[in-house]
Amino acid sequence: MNDKVFEVLKILSENSKVTPQEISQMTGFPEEEVEEIIRKEEENGVILKYKTLINWEKAGEELVFAVIDVNVTLSREKGYDDIAKRIAKFPEVHAIRLVSGEYDFQVVVKGKNLKEVAFFVAEKISTIPEVRDTVTHFILRTYKEEGVLLFSDEEDRRLAIVP
Amino acid sequence: MSPDRINKKVQEIKPSGIRRFFDLIIGRKDILSLGVGEPDFPVPWKVREEIIYSLEKGVTSYTSNHGLEELRQAISEYYRKFGVECFQKDVLITTGVSEGFDIAVRAIINPGDAVLVPDPSYVMYKPLVTLAGGEAISIPTNPDFRLNYERISEYRDLRPKVLILNYPANPTGVSYARRELEEIADAVIENDMLVVSDEIYCELSYNNKHVSIASLNGLGDRTIILNGFSKAFAMTGLRVGYNIAPPDLLDAMLKIHQYCMLCAPISAQIGAIEALKNEEDELEDMRAEYLRRRNYFTKRLNEILEVNIPDGAFYAFPSIQSTGLSSEEFTERLLLEKNVAVVPGNAFGECGEGYIRCAYAVSMEKLKEAADKIEDFVRSL
Repeated sequence: MNDKVFEVLKILSENSKVTPQEISQMTGFPEEEVEEIIRKEEENGVILKYKTLINWEKAGEELVFAVIDVNVTLSREKGYDDIAKRIAKFPEVHAIRLVSGEYDFQVVVKGKNLKEVAFFVAEKISTIPEVRDTVTHFILRTYKEEGVLLFSDEEDRRLAIVP
Repeated sequence: MSPDRINKKVQEIKPSGIRRFFDLIIGRKDILSLGVGEPDFPVPWKVREEIIYSLEKGVTSYTSNHGLEELRQAISEYYRKFGVECFQKDVLITTGVSEGFDIAVRAIINPGDAVLVPDPSYVMYKPLVTLAGGEAISIPTNPDFRLNYERISEYRDLRPKVLILNYPANPTGVSYARRELEEIADAVIENDMLVVSDEIYCELSYNNKHVSIASLNGLGDRTIILNGFSKAFAMTGLRVGYNIAPPDLLDAMLKIHQYCMLCAPISAQIGAIEALKNEEDELEDMRAEYLRRRNYFTKRLNEILEVNIPDGAFYAFPSIQSTGLSSEEFTERLLLEKNVAVVPGNAFGECGEGYIRCAYAVSMEKLKEAADKIEDFVRSL
């Protein structure tokens, strides 16, 4: 991937609302070129989606998230990818990753309440034949998400004029 | 009361040009300030964490006058990337470039020695030269704010002893490529001068990789390099910097430093070691972000005013001559009418008249808002 594409992606990854004109002003690349890069990378599936990072807790939305450790049994017919795809397709599944360590998949599940999440895991994840066992950790508070701190304990203390 | 109560040289020093402006700002709320000459990034967390840890362990003593060996060693290795062959023994840890400059000029200036100071330039050089007993001579820079062989050579008859350099420069953002430095070096050698080179913004070079003038042929033995951690590692308030110099000059500076400062704060020195060890990536991100801001802001400014694209640092220095206002009128009205603070160019010397200094060490959102407001203001004139 060339440096120009990388720079455009970097800027968009920080703020998807920034316009091609502004990206052009920041980088010095012609605006049409920026538009072309964005169009191409959308087409290539490099740019997947433009989303907004929301602090749901602050918004007052009662959502429950849980991290589920999932251990699986592999077979000739069913490898990691097959099992992961099956789990990933549930809309309740917010994220799923294959990880190293004591278990195989780390699954993040989203639900309206504790019960909904617990039953989803019991009924839909644990019952998959390849799933050996699961451990559910309910998320109590999030401090940092996607590289963004969800708390602020620092302020700009600089003087207004410093030569 | 006796008029001699205050030292004569101190009396001679004019109050800082931005003092009055500073008073205007006090008490005003919600100022959008492009007047801040320090990074808007906080000290990198790894650095802070290392300092906290050292405080918990009770590491709070003096260090040797020279500074911590590990830090001096790390700096000598780090500075090789700017072309300078230096070693631990060549490095003196200071409480920042301000102290570094003070002890440098005090160590080399005899009463009446002529010291060439570019105009415009950062506010501390001339007063500290005066206090050290030197004769500070302003050299007006060329219209593009650069110095060259001819400019410096014009002062030959004054038999100047020292040339002050600062690049990338505050307030103009000017920096020099190797061939330009070679020209300056020729003038330095011809006039048998010393160079005090303030390279505090060296990591914020956007066009060329920074080259230290001390790395050029014959200049190593004539140059005191001043640098520190304030700008590159956003460690302004921790007060830690360093001077790199040939042995006789370093010893002379050490004599002053040991009595007036003793040593730089140990916590800051420990943070500085961590900064050099582990902050290369954050530094890269910071530089990339400043570059985007520079591009954006100068592009916007150029639609309404005239501005050279800065080579480095985080300042834009646009001309406001087209508005017919003086620097002070412009900055004062911009503050009162739009609540945007910038620094009048004449605070940095007479040649800064007709210009304003805008620091783009603010977030892109704020920069955008400031550009909009400056644009509104200029169009309303």
